[in-house]
Amino acid sequence: MGVIAAVTGVSRYLGGKTAAWLVDQPGIDRVIGLDVVPPPAPLACEFVRVDIRDQGISELLERSNVDTVVHMGVIATPRQAGGRSVMKDINVIGTMQLLAACQRVASIRHLVVKSTAAVYGAGPKDPALITEDTVPQHPPTSGWAKDSVEVEQYVRGFARRRPDVRVCTFRFANIVGPGMRTGMTAYLTMPVVPTVMGFDPRMQFVHEDDAVEVSRRAVLQRTSGTFNVAGRGTIVLSQVLQMLGRPAVPLPAGLLPAFGRSLSRGSWADFSRDQIRYLRSGRVLDTSAVAAELGFTGVYSTRQALEAFAQAVHRA
Amino acid sequence: MRPSRAARLVGATGPVPSAHSTPVSLTEESTDTWDVLKARLAGDYAVDDFGFDPQFTDRVLMQLVRPLYRHWFRVQVSGIESIPSDSGALVVANHSGTIAFDSVMTQVAVHDEHPAHRNLRMLGANLVFQTPFLGDLARRAGHTLACHEDAERLLSSGEIVGVWPEGFKGIGKPFAERYRLQRFGRGGFVSAAVRTKTPIIPTAIVGAEEIYPMIADASVIARVLGLPYFPITPTFPALGALGLVPLPSKWLIHFDDPIQTDHLPEGAADDPAVLFEITDQVRERIQRTLYDLLAERGGVFG
Repeated sequence: MGVIAAVTGVSRYLGGKTAAWLVDQPGIDRVIGLDVVPPPAPLACEFVRVDIRDQGISELLERSNVDTVVHMGVIATPRQAGGRSVMKDINVIGTMQLLAACQRVASIRHLVVKSTAAVYGAGPKDPALITEDTVPQHPPTSGWAKDSVEVEQYVRGFARRRPDVRVCTFRFANIVGPGMRTGMTAYLTMPVVPTVMGFDPRMQFVHEDDAVEVSRRAVLQRTSGTFNVAGRGTIVLSQVLQMLGRPAVPLPAGLLPAFGRSLSRGSWADFSRDQIRYLRSGRVLDTSAVAAELGFTGVYSTRQALEAFAQAVHRA
Repeated sequence: MRPSRAARLVGATGPVPSAHSTPVSLTEESTDTWDVLKARLAGDYAVDDFGFDPQFTDRVLMQLVRPLYRHWFRVQVSGIESIPSDSGALVVANHSGTIAFDSVMTQVAVHDEHPAHRNLRMLGANLVFQTPFLGDLARRAGHTLACHEDAERLLSSGEIVGVWPEGFKGIGKPFAERYRLQRFGRGGFVSAAVRTKTPIIPTAIVGAEEIYPMIADASVIARVLGLPYFPITPTFPALGALGLVPLPSKWLIHFDDPIQTDHLPEGAADDPAVLFEITDQVRERIQRTLYDLLAERGGVFG
């Protein structure tokens, strides 16, 4: 009997793509896409319109005999959700409800969760490379990054209560590609990009296809564990902006949030305290664990992922 | 004979040709520096995961300080053969001079005098990495935060790592205490070397103590500016910017015989008794070498 997978957040780009890549894979019998809003384009898999914050979700999982849940439903930008409080509601309460449902459904064997490297925060006291065991010296204080910390806490709690379920969490570097739209891509495509004066942070990017591929492999190989995922190599912000052809405007750190927000009016660009810290210190992940466990090094290096993104930006 | 631009970009993580190994004409040398700068402006270069840019360090940063190294301080190096050609080692040196010229000169010495042109990867305080421009420059020059994760990662990947365990206590000490080693922290550097089974090279630097003789520390100003100390020297701040010109003392750097750590039993890296013993040994060797070098040097200005 093959895998019956439910994928949350399929009406957004990465969730939809992940569901599509699971369809018709050998070893996968059925893929059910879940979201609270209908998908913008027809999905490759079946779609059920359901709010993961509702009770109905456990009934649905039970009835369909789902054994694998891929949770891609964590939202990174308040704009996508319709405000910060709705976003927090979907991210944190939604995950709680989803995990509570999974806990009740006996057929669940595997859970794959999309998280973010932003859970590590960023700052001058961090080691140059972050492993999955690194204790964050500057943990995030707000927004999506803090939501993700809380989501991971609930996932760990679930793993303790259901030791028979294999749980896999991916902490992705900035995901970019032709179709991805995040706070980071909105920031990088501002007409002029405000940066922190005197700092050129080290960054990593992962191509959307690689992010989807690693999730697909995790489902097929029933992987468990927590893994950093990033494209090979490291790049600094000034190089990123040169590749995108965007002029940088260095500002003192204290002025950046106010100026950034006024410059980015109407876009998703993120100028939270955590993001400003990231724009000072940057962050580089040690990805040896995912390479060892899943044999995954990604098709795109950090630079190639950005090149693909830059091409899409230049075409538009 | 200059390698093509592509070849130099590919070789970004390998050894970089140095001014010492390949005798080049002045114009060619300056074109090379110009090319490196042009590539930086275009974003056409590679850094490693620590943010190290070896070409920029060699052709631009070191190029700026080489005149100081050769003609101002006339640095004389001995014992360079203690540094391995193709494996990791931990260089532990004394710290002095109010401004950390000693670490910069040691980096030039290791790169330019060693036949394999090794890059010295230094460990610095987090104060360095939170300071605008300085932290950035430090990462570009191959330095990283003094923490056991970074030290062990660099050592086990075969890099030459430099530490100044006296920290601000050493660099900001009054002139009257010159060449007296300060306390060596908790010896975290020793545990990194023991855990990665890499040798420790005790290194003594003579000359840096005299570049800015600190006769007093204006601690009130230091507190206001958030600095670890604020130096008063015979020329600073009395002569203003002119007081920032270092005195041309004669420098000697000696890399002493390596202290091996690969024979120690498993678990030695967590044994405080072992760590204290090695720390003392390193400290004592540096102190003794300092006295020898001082006797050898004779006059302060050579």
